[in-house]
Amino acid sequence: MCAVRGLTKTYAAVRGRRGAPGTPEVRATDDVALDIRRGEIFGLLGPNGAGKSTLVRQLTGLMRPDRGSVEILGHDIVAHPERAARILAYLGQESSALDELTVALAAETTGRLRGLDLRRARAERDAVLDELGLAPIAGRPLKKLSGGQRRLACFAAALVGERPLLVLDEPTTGMDPVARRAVWSAVDRRRAEHGTTVLAVDRRRAEHGTTVLLVTHNVIEAETVLDRVAVLDQGRVIACDTPAGLKERVAGEVRVELVWRENAPMQVPEVAALRQRAVEAGRRWTLRLAPEEARAAVATVTGGAAFAALDDFTLATPSLEDVYLALGGAARQGLVRA
Amino acid sequence: MSAVPAGVAARPAPAAEDTGAGRAAELGPRARLWPSLAAVYRAQLSRARVARIPLLFVATFQSVGIMIMMRGVVSGGGEAEYVVSGASVVVVAYVALNLLSQYFGQLRFSGGLDHYATLPVPPAAVVLGAAAAYASFTVPGTMVTAVFGCLLFGLPLGNLWVLLAVVPLAGAALSGLGAACGLLAPRPELATLLGQLGMSAALLLGVLPPDRMPEAVRFARDLLPSTYGVEAYARTFGGSPNWAYVAGDMAVCAGVGVVSLAVATWAYRRAAVR
Repeated sequence: MCAVRGLTKTYAAVRGRRGAPGTPEVRATDDVALDIRRGEIFGLLGPNGAGKSTLVRQLTGLMRPDRGSVEILGHDIVAHPERAARILAYLGQESSALDELTVALAAETTGRLRGLDLRRARAERDAVLDELGLAPIAGRPLKKLSGGQRRLACFAAALVGERPLLVLDEPTTGMDPVARRAVWSAVDRRRAEHGTTVLAVDRRRAEHGTTVLLVTHNVIEAETVLDRVAVLDQGRVIACDTPAGLKERVAGEVRVELVWRENAPMQVPEVAALRQRAVEAGRRWTLRLAPEEARAAVATVTGGAAFAALDDFTLATPSLEDVYLALGGAARQGLVRA
Repeated sequence: MSAVPAGVAARPAPAAEDTGAGRAAELGPRARLWPSLAAVYRAQLSRARVARIPLLFVATFQSVGIMIMMRGVVSGGGEAEYVVSGASVVVVAYVALNLLSQYFGQLRFSGGLDHYATLPVPPAAVVLGAAAAYASFTVPGTMVTAVFGCLLFGLPLGNLWVLLAVVPLAGAALSGLGAACGLLAPRPELATLLGQLGMSAALLLGVLPPDRMPEAVRFARDLLPSTYGVEAYARTFGGSPNWAYVAGDMAVCAGVGVVSLAVATWAYRRAAVR
């Protein structure tokens, strides 16, 4: 339903002025190709600065690519960016357009601007606010809400006036578990639903319901909700598969995390050897090891001098974060597990 | 730790199909101009309750203060008419030009325009809805200022109704300029600066009686759209105002309003897709 080919966008270099350092030319998306299928939850996973938002802005018609094509439901979005607004609903990272409205008015106004008449906009507003548990705070302005609640209110606005494609840029940032669950069950219900206005054209296809494109840097969310995920690094898609398929690539490895009390006991030769393979972040070392190596490493650090210096350790099967690192992802930080 | 319900995770992957289906799907409805303009207007008006009241108060307070100061310089008659008329229109300039310029500048640079740009709403609806709301914000302050000024300088109150035409027309001209400044300024601070400068110009050139100004300043005064709002209201204090001139002044406001709102709409379109 969404085909992307050769999408490239370069931000021009900025010259430094009056002591401020300049920035070199950045290729924010580099020859990106994607195929998103109808009815799936497709994810873009990558650390901050990987080019996820730039890619999404090009898919939603907010930014013109330098090169490449975007086709959504048969419409050329590069040539006709204004059509994107009639195919998809977009939840961006900024809420400043809605901040001073009440939750109810934000949802209603967005529905009106999505082409609903007043009666329909109000009916859908009420249904969505009920569904997301926002009815009790419907009369409060967004800027008076917590970050997670505000995000949920913006998500509600995105749902009023249904669209066959939902583009969500980090929708659950700042949300508590209850709000997250509300988001995913709302998404799930829309996927299961039959016959939104657009899809009613073709009953057979209508059975697949809403498609979701999700931007995230949260690996747990990516592993649990996504059907397929494209891993982005420095503007390139370095892998695209189901989460399980991606994890198979590092199936032979175990993640070992060691946290030292103060300094690592480098006088222990085995620990000194481990250091060369560790990614260090302060007192924390992260290692990806073969199972036997992991067993040996755990044996080392749980005995003798090393154990005295050890604060904590964990052993885990690999996550999408390990996949990202194994694929050569450059950023050592920026993906979160929550 | 995962906050995702198990049912969401355990779901068969959808069938692979359709990416090259060839036939374009039907598009969702477009929002029509007037209903979406009304929706934007209503949403913007409601913002006054949350954000704008202190600033509206400042606008009125400033104009009242100016008139009290001018009371020491101007005794009455024709000069007083310009002071009252100018101070009333300054309220419009403060809110429509200065605050709207700031609003659009901030909206653009915070990424808030993305919200509107990803909705099928005509650009004119967003610009006109916001401009109309800001022009409406000025009505109470303008009225309070005019009434206070008339009482202060002993001028008649009978022509107050003229403001009902002056406020929307001067409001259209100034809010169009404000929106265009906010949407075209390369940085938000510049949008604020342009709005402030415009407001200062309206203040200095509108409140002072034109007879005392040097030729160059008078020329600058003629270039400022708010001047025509000031002139229109000031002309109606006399016993038998020349209504043709009043209508002419208002026509200038309306013309500038049409042009500046058209420019602002173009600027919005340009700012929305980068």
